[in-house]
Amino acid sequence: MDTSARGRRVVMTGMGVRSPGGIGTKEFWDLLTSGRTATRPITFFDAGPFRSRVAAEADFDAAAEGLTPREIRRMDRATQFAVACTRDAVADSELGFDALDPFRVGVSLGTAVASATSLETEYVIMSDAGRDWTVDAAYLSPHMFDYLSPGAMPAEVAWTVGAQGPVTMVSDGCTSGIDAVGHAAQLIREGTADVVLAGATDTPISPIVVACFDAIKATTPRNDDPEHASRPFDRTRNGFVLAEGAAMFVLEEYEMARARGARIYAEIGGFATRCNAYHMTGLTKHGREMAQAISLALGDARLDPGQVSYVNAHGSGTRQNDRHETAAFKRALGEHAYRVPISSIKSIIGHSLGAIGSIEIAACALAIQHNVVPPTANLCEPDPECDLDYVPLTARELPVDNVLTVGSGFGGFQSAMVLRAVA
Amino acid sequence: MSGAVRTVITGMGVTAPNGLGTEQYWRAVLDRHSGIREMTRFDASRYPYRLAGQITDFAAEDHLPAKLLPQTDVSTRLALTAADWAFADAGIEPGTVDDDRMGVVTSNATGGFAFTHGEFRKLWRQGGEYVSVYESFAWFYAVNTGQISIRNGLRGPGAALVAEQAGGLDALGHACRSVRAGTELLISGGVDSALDPWGFISQFAGGRVSVEPDPRRAFLPFDAAASGYVPGEGGALLVIESEEAARRRRAPRIHGEIAGYAATFDPPPGSGRPPALRQAAERAIAQAGLRPDDIGVVFADASGVPELDRAEAAAIRDLFGPQGVPVTAPKALTGRLYAGGGPLDVVTAVLCLRDGVIPPTAHTTEVPGSYQLDLVLEEPRELSSPTALVLARGRHGFNSAVVVRA
Amino acid sequence: MTQLSIDDLRRVLVDCAGEREGLAVGGDIAELTFEELGYDSLALIETAAKLKQRFDIDIEDDKVVTAETLGALLGLANAAVAQEAGR
Repeated sequence: MDTSARGRRVVMTGMGVRSPGGIGTKEFWDLLTSGRTATRPITFFDAGPFRSRVAAEADFDAAAEGLTPREIRRMDRATQFAVACTRDAVADSELGFDALDPFRVGVSLGTAVASATSLETEYVIMSDAGRDWTVDAAYLSPHMFDYLSPGAMPAEVAWTVGAQGPVTMVSDGCTSGIDAVGHAAQLIREGTADVVLAGATDTPISPIVVACFDAIKATTPRNDDPEHASRPFDRTRNGFVLAEGAAMFVLEEYEMARARGARIYAEIGGFATRCNAYHMTGLTKHGREMAQAISLALGDARLDPGQVSYVNAHGSGTRQNDRHETAAFKRALGEHAYRVPISSIKSIIGHSLGAIGSIEIAACALAIQHNVVPPTANLCEPDPECDLDYVPLTARELPVDNVLTVGSGFGGFQSAMVLRAVA
Repeated sequence: MSGAVRTVITGMGVTAPNGLGTEQYWRAVLDRHSGIREMTRFDASRYPYRLAGQITDFAAEDHLPAKLLPQTDVSTRLALTAADWAFADAGIEPGTVDDDRMGVVTSNATGGFAFTHGEFRKLWRQGGEYVSVYESFAWFYAVNTGQISIRNGLRGPGAALVAEQAGGLDALGHACRSVRAGTELLISGGVDSALDPWGFISQFAGGRVSVEPDPRRAFLPFDAAASGYVPGEGGALLVIESEEAARRRRAPRIHGEIAGYAATFDPPPGSGRPPALRQAAERAIAQAGLRPDDIGVVFADASGVPELDRAEAAAIRDLFGPQGVPVTAPKALTGRLYAGGGPLDVVTAVLCLRDGVIPPTAHTTEVPGSYQLDLVLEEPRELSSPTALVLARGRHGFNSAVVVRA
Repeated sequence: MTQLSIDDLRRVLVDCAGEREGLAVGGDIAELTFEELGYDSLALIETAAKLKQRFDIDIEDDKVVTAETLGALLGLANAAVAQEAGR
């Protein structure tokens, strides 16, 4: 972040979550600390022909959410999630948006695959299930433009409160969720906005996405044991579980939040991102760039590694990621890497690509609120190469003040964020 | 921009329907050579429109190594090539940089769409086993940032922003923000292409693409006979640095300064409040420490849709006064390039400032008097002040503005 | 089905992941490593998928990425062919 503008601080004053196994913030936190997981066989379509047939699907009822028939018709599922979360976050913040200068309110929405689900639905119709390369214009939906060019997604979020400041979609693959919140914090820090609706959404459980991860063997083929299929840092891990979900926050300039007596979940203390410039999908063994992002984020937050109470890992459960990340933690945190509790909630709710970074930020803020650290589920046999305290199986009570969360994504993105408790 | 750090442009690379390479493109713009033609990539005869700004003379194998071809969409191939040219222009040998002080921020509106269309087809016609390993990254919106970063060893911050046609200016603005925050150099801009049949017809669903069959009459920004736009492919990549870093490494040239940037969003549909393009322009100009009087030319968003042209003309009039500033839209020769449009307009602004000449808006002949718009038509016009304002709007309400200074 | 030749394999590899310098048709390429040629693990995975599609040759995921040379990959492919033939 812009280290020259240290005067303005950024805090989180509202939260909304739609997660597999947890529709709503309370339900989400209960799931994380319960010992249950939300990974199951895929039900959204016949996954029989695919290699990985498990996913973490969310029990989302658009009509019950209060979305109108028109909204349901025009909005891709991912947009519906984002809008539902935004409405929750706005209500949760108790911030009077009507009284604000709309030009001081912005939006920063993360997503990796945007409207992919709707793209696939439309493709099957327009192409007659792949028969026509020159797709039939007679079957062109008026909403197809928005699935092709997904600017409607952040627009719908902006429209919930009439935000007229900077509005953008941050689409950095699997680090979108953390980067979108980092971007929002930058906007507030530099003085361009006072309030930003920030977060991320992805609803990628659709044949094309399942197929593309099948092709690179990134997702787990552990179809006979869906509830235990996501096994970050475990010796028997063999890929991630695809998931959907969303989390949105109200980020606010600190003095403004304090003056109105807002409930503050946490402060966005620091953020940094780096590219590894190595490979579009592969990771190095040394984790140097992730380590650098971590060090920079800690520096931005003016923290020493020893002050970190909890680390929320990327922990996707692929063989290469968990090794890469362990190396990065050791490099960046030194001795403290062996002491600090580290966990991956992807073990519980799977990997929702661009959304997960924001959902993990929600988990970090709730960890700070509750002084409880969620576990890494299914961690029965730790991989000797992942020899850190990955909080196996059971949630742990401890004082949580400063939290580090990290993300890693295709394209080489490596991001890190620090959240801290505000007295 | 306000504050000590000046953010300058030291390299530019262009891939446009009417020119590959900056100088070829600029000559085409001055000569009013259009890249808009009938679709040649597939038989569009059954579609309600058939025109596009296509890049027809780009052979990827002449510019990129063979290993990159199976894993890249045409938009990524164009972006990588434009980035190579921008680095060469900046005196940085492409592929030899290995540096964490250098980053990438691009914008994308449609991703690697032709590529993904091919993969959808294989999935649904033949089965999942036929989907390529490269589908996992060839389509998503960050692909150009990722591939440019890898090809050039850029280990600084990377980002990909999406805001339809406004996103390209947002990427440049974010690059400037990153420079001010300490990253020494970024390559930034955007390239879009969605000219396979599915991408092509999907753009029509927006209700703004013209059905006029004559390539010289289909995209008429601000004309009384405007009937929409023509989509195109291409864009531009620019090297952005702090002026201090550029001078320290003895950059061969400084093309110009990005002196101001701002973004706003329109109020919700039906709110009764006016659109917010004017505020974006105002804020960008103020950030540059300037007044509207200082602006020598406006490169318009130029949607070609009458009510949107009218709104843009009103915003310009409100800010500059009736006929208050020369306005132009070189995109009449290329079509709207989505994330590529804003960066290409910035390059055009730089060249306009360099040569002191404003290119005319091709094909438009009759601007309604009620617009009170001084649109440069027919012949290029001399530039009176070495500062340009570039505007871009994205569907659903995005407004972005950049001020370029010589 | 018949055993694959090194040129068959070369053609599949190039189709999947592009040409490389040093991978001449009919040249002595069996001992060239994928690393020196510049083919990554994705190229191998894609090649294995194509071998299945074109020749119905099934090489296990884990084995494919262990092949370091064209000769080694050819060995795996033809072992699979032999195994099928033996059924």
